[in-house]
Amino acid sequence: MQRKAVALISGGLDSMLAVKVVQEQGIHVEGINFFTGFCVEGHTHAIRKKDRKKPKRNNALWVAEQLGIKLHIIDIVEEYKEVVFNPKYGYGANLNPCLDCKIFMVKKAREWMEAHGFDFIITGEVVGQRPKSQRRDTMPVVQRDSGIGDLLLRPLCAKNLPPTLPEREGWVDREKLYDFSGRTRKPQMALARRFGFEDYAQPAGGCCFLTDEQYSVKLQDLWQARGDKQYEMDDIMLLKVGRHIRPSPEFKLIVSREEGEGKFLQGYRNQYPSLKTVSHAGPLALIDGTMDEEQLELAARIVARYSQGKNAPEVELEYRDTGGASRTLKVAPLPPHELKKEWVL
Amino acid sequence: MSRYVLDCRRLLCPMPVIRVQDRIAELEPGDELEAVCTDPGVLQDIPAWCRINAHEVLEVREENDEYILRIRVGEEE
Repeated sequence: MQRKAVALISGGLDSMLAVKVVQEQGIHVEGINFFTGFCVEGHTHAIRKKDRKKPKRNNALWVAEQLGIKLHIIDIVEEYKEVVFNPKYGYGANLNPCLDCKIFMVKKAREWMEAHGFDFIITGEVVGQRPKSQRRDTMPVVQRDSGIGDLLLRPLCAKNLPPTLPEREGWVDREKLYDFSGRTRKPQMALARRFGFEDYAQPAGGCCFLTDEQYSVKLQDLWQARGDKQYEMDDIMLLKVGRHIRPSPEFKLIVSREEGEGKFLQGYRNQYPSLKTVSHAGPLALIDGTMDEEQLELAARIVARYSQGKNAPEVELEYRDTGGASRTLKVAPLPPHELKKEWVL
Repeated sequence: MSRYVLDCRRLLCPMPVIRVQDRIAELEPGDELEAVCTDPGVLQDIPAWCRINAHEVLEVREENDEYILRIRVGEEE
C-alpha cells in the first residue's frame, strides 16, 4: 500500500528537499501552503510599478511544479489572527509569533491530512536552524501542541530526533533520511546539487512581513490608534503600501510613493477619504481616521510636500470623501523641517 | 459543460489563485471558468496552479487593465 504524506511547502529550499527525500522512498506527496495575509510573496511586486518587470513567480507553486506534486493553498487569514494577537509562546524580535505559527500550521495540516486520508506530515525543519521555532527544545512542542505527535517527519534532520511512526513502521527507511543541524546551509546546498536543483528561492525566514521591523512598527501603531489588537485584510495589505505618516493620534496618511501604488490606493477611495494633488503631479493619499478642518489642512500640506509642487508657494489638491463628493483645497506645501520625524512610521 | 465567471478584481496573489482553486473544486470536469483579475501576478500563478492540478488554461486576454483567464476544469484523478 502506497503511503501518502502532506508536506508544508513554503517555497524555500528546505521544504523542497524534504519532499524530494521522501518521494525517493516511494511515498505519494502533496503540498499544502498557508496564506496568512502577511506573506511577502508577490504582493509588493504586484503593487509597485517599478518592480513589475521582475519575475513574480509564486515560489510555493514553482516548487510544487518542480517536484511534480499537487499544491493546496489554504486561506487562513481569519483564523490566523488569534496567533498574531495572543501567541502563547510570545513574539520574536518583531511581531513574529514563529513558534505559535508553526504549531498552528502543523495543526491545520493535521486536520487536512485526516480529512483527506493521508498518513503523515513532512516539513523541511532542521534542528537549530531558526532561533525560536526550530530548536531541539521547541520542536517537540510543535508535535505536542499541534496534536500531530509522532506523525510529523522532518526528513532533513530525522536522524537527530527520536524515530517517528513512519520510520518505526517502515513506511520510510530512517537510514535514508538526514542528520542536518544548525544554521549552516551547506548540507542543504549539497543535497540540492545532488538532486539537480539549481534554481531555488533563498532560504525561508524572510517570507513573512511580521519578521520585518518597519512593518511591525506600523502594525503596532494601527493597534494603538484603534485601541484594540485588531486588523482586517485591507489593513494588513495597506501596511505594505506607501508612506505611513501619523501627525496625530486621530488620523494617519497613507501616501503613495509611485504610480503603481497610487493606482492601488485608488481602489480604496470608497473606503477612505483621500487627497490628490491637482495643480502638480503628485501622490494619492488615503486618510485613515478622523480629522477637523485644521488637521485636513495639515494633511493637505504634507501630501503637497511629496508632489512636484513641493517648492511652489501653493499647491491645489482635491479632497474626496468616501461618497465621492469632492472639494478643492489650496495650501502651502509643508517645509521638510516641519515634517516631524516621529510622524513617519 | 457549463461556463462560469469569477470576479477576482483587486485581489492580490495568491488570493486569486485560492479563489480559482476553491471555485473549481465545486465544478465538473469540462466546465469552463473565466477569472477576471487585476493583479498581473495571476499571469504566472494561475497557469502554474492549473499545470500542477491538471486544468487547462484555454485563453489569456487583457482588457482595460484587467487580466481574464479562461480555464477548463480537468478530470479528477
